[in-house]
Amino acid sequence: MSPDTVILLTGSCAAVACALVGTFLVLRGMALIGDAISHAVLPGIVIAFLLTDSVSSLPVVLGAGALGLVTVWLIESLVRTRRVKEDASIAVVFPALFAVGVLLVTRFAHGKDLDAECVLYGEIAFAPFDTMTLWGMVISRPLVALASVAALNLVFVVALYKELKIATFDGALAATLGMSPVLVHYLLMGTVSVTTVASFESVGAILVVAFLIVPGSAAWLWTDKLHWMLTIAAAIGVTSAFLGFHLAVYWDASIAGCMALAMGGCFVLSWIFAPREGLFGRWNLRRVTRERFAEALLLERLARAPGNATEVAAEFCWTAEQVARHWATVTSQKWITATGNAWQTNEAGRAQIQKIVGD
Amino acid sequence: MKKTPALEFHDLTVAYDIKPVLWDVDLSIPEGQLVAIVGPNGAGKSTLLKAALNLAPLSSGFVRVYGAPYPEMRKRVAYVPQRESVDWDFPASVLDVVLMGRYGKRGWFQRTNAADRTRALDCLGKVGMLEFADRQISRLSGGQQQRTFLARALAQDADLYLMDEPFAGVDVVTERAILTLLRELRDTGKTVVCVHHDLQTVGEYFDWVVLLNMRLVAAGPIAEVFNTDKLQATYGGHLSILERAATRLLKDRRGRARDAR
Repeated sequence: MSPDTVILLTGSCAAVACALVGTFLVLRGMALIGDAISHAVLPGIVIAFLLTDSVSSLPVVLGAGALGLVTVWLIESLVRTRRVKEDASIAVVFPALFAVGVLLVTRFAHGKDLDAECVLYGEIAFAPFDTMTLWGMVISRPLVALASVAALNLVFVVALYKELKIATFDGALAATLGMSPVLVHYLLMGTVSVTTVASFESVGAILVVAFLIVPGSAAWLWTDKLHWMLTIAAAIGVTSAFLGFHLAVYWDASIAGCMALAMGGCFVLSWIFAPREGLFGRWNLRRVTRERFAEALLLERLARAPGNATEVAAEFCWTAEQVARHWATVTSQKWITATGNAWQTNEAGRAQIQKIVGD
Repeated sequence: MKKTPALEFHDLTVAYDIKPVLWDVDLSIPEGQLVAIVGPNGAGKSTLLKAALNLAPLSSGFVRVYGAPYPEMRKRVAYVPQRESVDWDFPASVLDVVLMGRYGKRGWFQRTNAADRTRALDCLGKVGMLEFADRQISRLSGGQQQRTFLARALAQDADLYLMDEPFAGVDVVTERAILTLLRELRDTGKTVVCVHHDLQTVGEYFDWVVLLNMRLVAAGPIAEVFNTDKLQATYGGHLSILERAATRLLKDRRGRARDAR
């Protein structure tokens, strides 16, 4: 595999892995918990790095991932005091753990290939050079790690789809049905932790938050269905990985940074162009409904008593241009019928009123 | 022989904090009744339901559902939480939400099947929401949300229904529709327990009432316990509305007795 292919695949796997679990963080209003986990796993990663010189091996991913669970548990315990609210408790816990990690990096990892910058932004460009041998093939270690995590997350989301769905929508109901929402919650948090640790080397502690949260947030603007939200989020993730890679080559800039930027771009496009929830969609909907309402008003008026355009314009205080436009629509749709110069709403017109105003 | 009560609380005390929310509640609710739990704000009404469902921390005492601990009877109990307890922007259709009522019948990793779907649609029909099956839940009115929740509870095929304010914030037509449904449930031998706020309608809607204000004030058939004295003991006295509620009830009863003659 060429180095470019490895980088593209690694980025795509990170994007898919993050988007799948990140979508549930978005739905649960837990974006900041994702942020906290991604930072708080640092001490675990550094210790592992010091011991094994790599952060993409399975024991490290699991061990450092456990720190993510501890973080979530600590945050929730602080919230239970009631005086430390959730945002404050997140801000108390994760910087403390992150600071321990930063201390470890600056004190002990000096001169090795882990430094503060790499912690924050990662370096996916190194992915092709950190290799391992798998079934006789020499292959990129971060790619193997991220591909496995992406596969694991896909299995997790598909197998526990109904459990995740109900625990997210209505935890109390899930509990009364005996579906252990707390277990599902911690499984999700564990998966998020493992995902952040695996993505760490490639995209870093800050950009991984974009990978987790942005695709799911953008996808929610496009759809009302959970399975589509997950699919669209993953698609946005992969598209952004490709776009970002080419941007980075073009600008000679940080690859993960460009991928996160591309995700931001996808989000902005979704926000503007999503059919119903986007800015353009909402503006267009308002415009279209205004027209439909005016036409229905006109039809109702002509259903009550016959009349012509001039009379109607006077009654509704419409301008000549407005009445001409609405009149053109209702006549071309054959919603009104004329007897001489007296127009009246016909059956089709009444059906249209029902469609607009009826329940 | 005495029948096993649908729901029993024995010396139940619940506290989230230093102050108890429920204190030494000893109560047994008979099967086949339409029951209202009534009391002022903060009286522990919702907590009583949650205690029955293992959702609240018991400081002492225990709960029996059809004579057994709740976890053994889970499948016979359906819960309708307050409407505001969930995020209605969640990406799901009305049918998706009703199908959740069937999740308990399927184990881990299992999908709901065609029979579950049929049953869910059936329940939507019962609450008059069939035409909204594919509607996104954020595009529902308050009354439609409440009926969606009811349909979900029906889909659980339970025997005991615990509902947290099913009549809150719905219009008169929906209120009637819900009431009819609850009566149908009762008439098929199910037990329905509702937290209820409107004292004016307690006498008309329900068979049985639980008056609660941290402690159990009284519980029993409406005719026996729903009177001014007990209401004053529950709400703390000086509200003239209590008097009216009780008097109105009496008038209604006399009126109905007259009509019967």
